[in-house]
Amino acid sequence: MPANSSKNTGAGDYTIGAPANRVDGPLKVQGKARYAAENQFDTKPLIAWQLGAPVASGTLTHIDTTRAEQQTGVHMVITHHNAPAQLPFGEPEDKGRFMQSRALLNDTRIRYAGFPIALVVADTLEQARYAASLIDFDIDADEVDLLEDPNEATVVPEDIDGGYDADASVGDTDHALKQAQTRLDVRYTTPSQVSAALEPHATIASYDGTTLQVHTSIQIISAAVQCIATTFKLEPDTIEIQSPYVGGGFGSKLGIHNDAILACMATLLLKKPVKIVMTRRQVFHNAPHRGHSTQFMSLGADNQGGLQAVQHHSFMPMARDYAFAEGSGVAARINYQAPAIDSQHRVKVVDSPMIDSVRAPGDAIGSLTFESAIDELAHQLGLDPLTFRQHNLALKHPITGADFSTNNLRECLDKGADSFGWHTRKKQQRGSKKTGFGVAVGMRMNIIVPAAASVSINQHGALTVDTDMTDIGTGTYTILSQIVADYFALPVSQVTVNLGNSRAPASCGSGGSFGASSCGTAVLNACEGLAASLCELAGVAMGTEQLNIEGDNLVLGDGQTRQQHALATLLSQQDNGTLSVTGEAAPDEGNEDYAQYSSAAHFAEVEVDTVTGEVRVLRQHGAFSAGRILNYKTAGSQLKGGMIWGTSYALFEDLQQDKRDGSFINCDFAEYHFAVNRDIGELTIEFIEEPDYKACKLGSKGIGELGITGAGAAIANAVFDATGVRVRDFPVTPDKVMLQL
Amino acid sequence: MKPFTVMPLEEANDLRHPSGSARFLAGGTNLVDLMKHQIETPDTLIDLSCWKSANTICEDEDQFLIGAMVSNTALAKFAYQHPSLSLLAQALLSGATVQLRNRATTAGNLLQRTRCYQFYDTTKPCNKREPGSGCSAIGSFNRIHAILGTSPHCIASHPSDMATAMTALDASVNTITPDGQTRSIPVRQLYKLPGDTPQVETWLQENELIVNVSIPKHSAGTQIYKKVRDRSSYAFALVSVACDMQLKDGIITDIRLAFGSVGPHPWHALSTETFLKGKTATTALFEEAAEVALSPAQGFGGNDYKIPMLKRTLIHVLQQVADHQSAQPGHQGAIYAR
Repeated sequence: MPANSSKNTGAGDYTIGAPANRVDGPLKVQGKARYAAENQFDTKPLIAWQLGAPVASGTLTHIDTTRAEQQTGVHMVITHHNAPAQLPFGEPEDKGRFMQSRALLNDTRIRYAGFPIALVVADTLEQARYAASLIDFDIDADEVDLLEDPNEATVVPEDIDGGYDADASVGDTDHALKQAQTRLDVRYTTPSQVSAALEPHATIASYDGTTLQVHTSIQIISAAVQCIATTFKLEPDTIEIQSPYVGGGFGSKLGIHNDAILACMATLLLKKPVKIVMTRRQVFHNAPHRGHSTQFMSLGADNQGGLQAVQHHSFMPMARDYAFAEGSGVAARINYQAPAIDSQHRVKVVDSPMIDSVRAPGDAIGSLTFESAIDELAHQLGLDPLTFRQHNLALKHPITGADFSTNNLRECLDKGADSFGWHTRKKQQRGSKKTGFGVAVGMRMNIIVPAAASVSINQHGALTVDTDMTDIGTGTYTILSQIVADYFALPVSQVTVNLGNSRAPASCGSGGSFGASSCGTAVLNACEGLAASLCELAGVAMGTEQLNIEGDNLVLGDGQTRQQHALATLLSQQDNGTLSVTGEAAPDEGNEDYAQYSSAAHFAEVEVDTVTGEVRVLRQHGAFSAGRILNYKTAGSQLKGGMIWGTSYALFEDLQQDKRDGSFINCDFAEYHFAVNRDIGELTIEFIEEPDYKACKLGSKGIGELGITGAGAAIANAVFDATGVRVRDFPVTPDKVMLQL
Repeated sequence: MKPFTVMPLEEANDLRHPSGSARFLAGGTNLVDLMKHQIETPDTLIDLSCWKSANTICEDEDQFLIGAMVSNTALAKFAYQHPSLSLLAQALLSGATVQLRNRATTAGNLLQRTRCYQFYDTTKPCNKREPGSGCSAIGSFNRIHAILGTSPHCIASHPSDMATAMTALDASVNTITPDGQTRSIPVRQLYKLPGDTPQVETWLQENELIVNVSIPKHSAGTQIYKKVRDRSSYAFALVSVACDMQLKDGIITDIRLAFGSVGPHPWHALSTETFLKGKTATTALFEEAAEVALSPAQGFGGNDYKIPMLKRTLIHVLQQVADHQSAQPGHQGAIYAR
């Protein structure tokens, strides 16, 4: 069912920017939007259960599946003995990490705790899970290597997520720090964290001997096709992936994971649909997480409050066989002007589950620590932390000297402070509780990734977008509908958007805050192409006349020049009477010379219980600039979601690893805490809108990762303001606050 | 999930021993999870969903009688309307979520299992789950674990808010065995310390069924259930204090005190009660009381903070309750912690 099939969106909602309701909303609230594991087949899918290794490193020396195979309902038990041939994990090296082989069950090596060593396929989940408990195995366990001391992280990563260099610098930081009249040297740590999307990783795969159909929950479809083809040595055109609805990805579904590989493996062997839904506990080990970090920062300033030196050295783990490093120091390179900046990243290869992108890689945790340290320096200087920030904003890229395409960070701070009431803030004490206020900023890079989409029109004037783009809850269906509706001045209800099908033109997918601008530009280009083709069919030069679609007619011009063409006639020679044009987007040459960033100013008020150390957020305000806003409602929802996540990073999220065996400890929602409804106070946002046509043709910039960038630091800074307690080991939990009270 | 059979029970008197191991299924909010993880693997589930008579609350002159199957939501509503049960209402409403409270039952809540991370991870040694295999919480991350009543074999904590309030209120469970034997056990004596058998958590016999919970109608004073937690909802307590105090002319005439999430079972602070009773309420006294309460406490690294956290919380609660009793002599019921 197309996402906007309920056609409920009212008229007058068609312009870009309008806060249109989600076109897929009615289907979702009615439960009619089918997520990966909810797809129905002629035959009920078999259910598979993966058995995970209890150790993080070692060799499987023995496995006996006899008893499991004898259980009622069990169809097959797959191990490295009978799994289909696969290319080894991580090959070929020259392919991107989301297109390389993600082979499983093809050798005896254990790569991380919870690593699958067998797959039981049965009629029901309960049968499969119970049978898996009857598998006998032995593992010759190796010593587990983790990152316990930051000094162990000595490897310089080849590059940092987002295309950054591991090291970047300007000026002589050592000298500048020595000369600085005020100096701060601090060590901050952030814990391991997981995306914990509400929809766990899930797949139903079905192979009929010719085509491998995969219903899965994925952010980037074209890469996933490549990945499955590479892993199982199949031709990409024999694989069809569908992922029209994704219940949250946050980076954890950029690439495909064990559910998809194992379901494909089982259906390739059994030629029946096979379903795998990871349990919440499995998601923690079998899907990627964010590594913990230690960040050493030295900041220097002169007595006038001018930032003179910024040093940021980051130490993080890197998962064995998976070259992903995140740039926690990137915030220190861009947020403020300083004559000397030195940012370094070092990693250590560890026996951990996969470490990969989690929303705003680098910046989510980098802004948390760096904006806390900046706050410390402001207090040390005796300056209002807002004033100190305003005083040191960068006019050009602090390291490269490049001009910004646009940069409204100053306006975000100025207007945000006014809206929040920063200048009239008043700390209060109520019983044992004290309130405090915090501010922090965020800068998030903007990138455009190659994308394609087709727009077609039929004889009735209905417009359809087809692309393998995904909507991971961000509002893609809605904004793409708006872009088409805006271009042709039609109501959104006349546009159908089909997403998440690998047979459609390949897009950028969702991730890195690049989806809306990249795919949106491709759709805009397709609209222009379609208009040009319609003009050509009508015998009119494009651009000479105004183009409208009225009912099933193409209307060109106005008044005396008005001419009307029946679409049925114009399109009679087209396949199925439908004209389809594909548009593409790619980074514009020349514009890469500009520093492209979205910007955020965050303000928070918290209340701290000075007996127990409990922190409660009273209100958060965010002022954001991200070019042209495509839909105020969906953009606002993304930013608010990011701010809530920022609260979680400041106060709650903390994935603990057992140093003895490399396993994660608190693998459920009862003990891996994130903000719940009651933790969030008043939550407001505002936009400082300025289209950025150097960023992309639409004028929009990324927002998906902007809301979280800086949000947590504002909370932590407010805790300090309330109590004088600075917790440098995130999250700021009651025990840590209390011990300093 | 290990295959099992289901035996419905409609009346307590119909209770019989099934063959093999059995578990009572009440709200299922804890047991079903444990069965999915194959931590609980009963041969038979005794399904209590048709046991209608256990879903009522009644009272006489001496006691409130709460049926085993009364939901946490229904009990909270009832307790909220009775000042002497305010502690219970506060505790219940601070626990879990509305959805869970709608399912969870009174007896089930008393018997919920620990949230010890290592108990839930079936790849790890755990003496409670697999007797004799060892305790992997000792020496690992143990932020939520117990500081009182632990043993070298187990440091798991009991997570229930409701049971902590029941302990303070000196409730008793009335039970029946499959042989028709009935008895009453004070909640304060229902639980066993882990010792070297942490898998045995209560004094209940095999298939002994809690029929109802009796709360005596004693005179009550000002009551606070103070729960310290990481987030404001849907989080187990880091530490909690249940306190009912009556003050006359500045003297503590009666006090009931229990701590949650710090022991293998809801912790009745008997020595602290004894220490406080008959003394003049002062800050210095409360500070001394906190030392008395925590003198046997032992941390295991990750939970060391619980000792100062419980002391601070206890002093604060005692002070607040005493202040309120002084300001409003004879007050009975809730005040909410500030």
